[in-house]
Amino acid sequence: MSAVSDAVRVAPPANAVTQSFRDSMVVAKRNLIRMSRIPEMIIYGLIQPIMFVVLFTYVFGGSMQIGGSTSAVDYKNFLMAGIFAQTVTFATASSGAGIADDMHKGLIDRFRSLPMARGAVLTGRTLADSVQTALTLVVLAVVALIVGWRVGTDGDTNVGKVLAAFGLLLLLGYAFTWIGALIGMSVRTPEAATSSGLIWLFPVTFISNAFVDTGHMTPWLRHIAEWNPFSATVQACRVLFGNPGQSHSGAWPMQHSVWASLIYSVLIIAIFRTLAVRKYRSATA
Amino acid sequence: MPGAIYAEGLVKTFGDVRALDGVDLDVPEGTVLGLLGPNGAGKTTTVRCLTTLLRPDSGKAVVAGIDVLKQPDAVRRSIGLSGQFAAVDEYLTGRENLQMVGQLYQMRAKQAKARAVELLEQFHLTDAADRPTKTYSGGMRRRLDLAAALVVSPPVMFMDEPTTGLDPRNRQQLWEVIKQLVSGGTTLLLTTQYLEEADHLAHDIAVVDQGKVIAKGTSDQLKARTGGERVEVVVHERDHIQTAADVLRGFGKGDTTVEEHTRKLTVPVTGGAKLLAEIIRELDTRGIEIDDIALRRPTLDDVFLSLTGHVAEEKPEGNGAQGGRKDTRKEAVK
Repeated sequence: MSAVSDAVRVAPPANAVTQSFRDSMVVAKRNLIRMSRIPEMIIYGLIQPIMFVVLFTYVFGGSMQIGGSTSAVDYKNFLMAGIFAQTVTFATASSGAGIADDMHKGLIDRFRSLPMARGAVLTGRTLADSVQTALTLVVLAVVALIVGWRVGTDGDTNVGKVLAAFGLLLLLGYAFTWIGALIGMSVRTPEAATSSGLIWLFPVTFISNAFVDTGHMTPWLRHIAEWNPFSATVQACRVLFGNPGQSHSGAWPMQHSVWASLIYSVLIIAIFRTLAVRKYRSATA
Repeated sequence: MPGAIYAEGLVKTFGDVRALDGVDLDVPEGTVLGLLGPNGAGKTTTVRCLTTLLRPDSGKAVVAGIDVLKQPDAVRRSIGLSGQFAAVDEYLTGRENLQMVGQLYQMRAKQAKARAVELLEQFHLTDAADRPTKTYSGGMRRRLDLAAALVVSPPVMFMDEPTTGLDPRNRQQLWEVIKQLVSGGTTLLLTTQYLEEADHLAHDIAVVDQGKVIAKGTSDQLKARTGGERVEVVVHERDHIQTAADVLRGFGKGDTTVEEHTRKLTVPVTGGAKLLAEIIRELDTRGIEIDDIALRRPTLDDVFLSLTGHVAEEKPEGNGAQGGRKDTRKEAVK
């Protein structure tokens, strides 16, 4: 049929993996251009973690007991790994809202009608969000250094370990953006995505070792906190930064925090990417 | 051989709602089918099934000779879709939007870039090419959306209510663009709530109501089915209504209806323009002054009314539409 032969200006892709990568990059570029045109989003994204650094450092600093110490300096050095980790998880809300917005505006329909890789719209979005997360982390690290955070205060560290810690943080952030992607595909409006993207993050990030020593929690809560995937990354960062307040609990994720952090993040990506892409395939706006 | 767009027994249910209840379509290559119906009739669902966005519960669909259910990706390479909402990224410029869509149609970056320039030119968007589309007017966005659907010059196009929410001038402009497109041999399925639009653009019309195609044919065939012409007269003075009615009774092929408050009389006729002249002469002889007289052929509104028992609704659907009339559903007056 002549209609078909006319159409073959666009050849089917030779390799599904190459196509998937290429399409994801096209979508990531689109999202990065968007971000650069809405700088206020990045700025607001920075205000909250910076506020947390300053508030926790100066308000809680003197009264929190970390290990055996209640010194403000110890708390400051303890705190930063927690704040960094919490900050990367908040990327969930923005990727969820972004994807819900695309659904709402009919862009997902357009993408789904194109001969592009099925996972690319979401992968492109999560990658672009990770670029923003990385940017946020850099700014936050500078602010932390300004208020007096130092690495190597309670253990060995080096540049490699510090970079590895930031790598784990980025990976955790990337994993959480896939949870956001699933939320974004599941709710109807960007507003709903933002609030439902944040609500569950509070218990997840607070029932953890991020801001307090889990040793002071009641046992059942302590177990939850120690097995919380989020805690593994926080503990891993403290170990790699050589910062105080590392848990000496016998829980496996606390003992092998770097591995635990990696495994948890990869698992979250595998599970939520599968669910989100499945949702994308059958999306009805 | 089936046409460029072919559907047989498409069924889709959402919970208890049977959105499609066995839709059959056959659109020959190079023609335009207007899918006409009120909101919720199943127009959009039909388009979504044919464009791989939605999997029907049962039925068969073939687009550009390719089975939609078996080879969705091959279908996607052969179609362009322009939706109800202008689906372009509002923070990207027109050029960036078109380049992105080109690349996602698997064009090389360079090829996509060159094609974007061509399309911007063709759709009179060159001056606005490097502005974020947020700053575009509604009409410009629709044009960009349409351009995005045409990036690979697909042989088959789907347009879901392309002009909903546009002002008359922009609608007219978009019609011209669509006509040009179709003259190039593209097969087009167009959904619309505007009867005038289907009349204007489509070769064939399929009227959809409650998930079924309830009538098919050319605009003229559908109108002929509905019945013939009628003459409408508006007399200048209320006192003349009775006399005018007597005159019309002599020429008419049925009962004359009178609207007292508008001083309007309507009578079904056969005989066209010649008869109209005779009526005018007769009214003149009797000294009846008239404000208006016209020979009316049935509109698609009449067609729709006679087929479904209610007029086509026009109300805003989603946020892309504005200014549509709400609540125009009327019961048929028999």
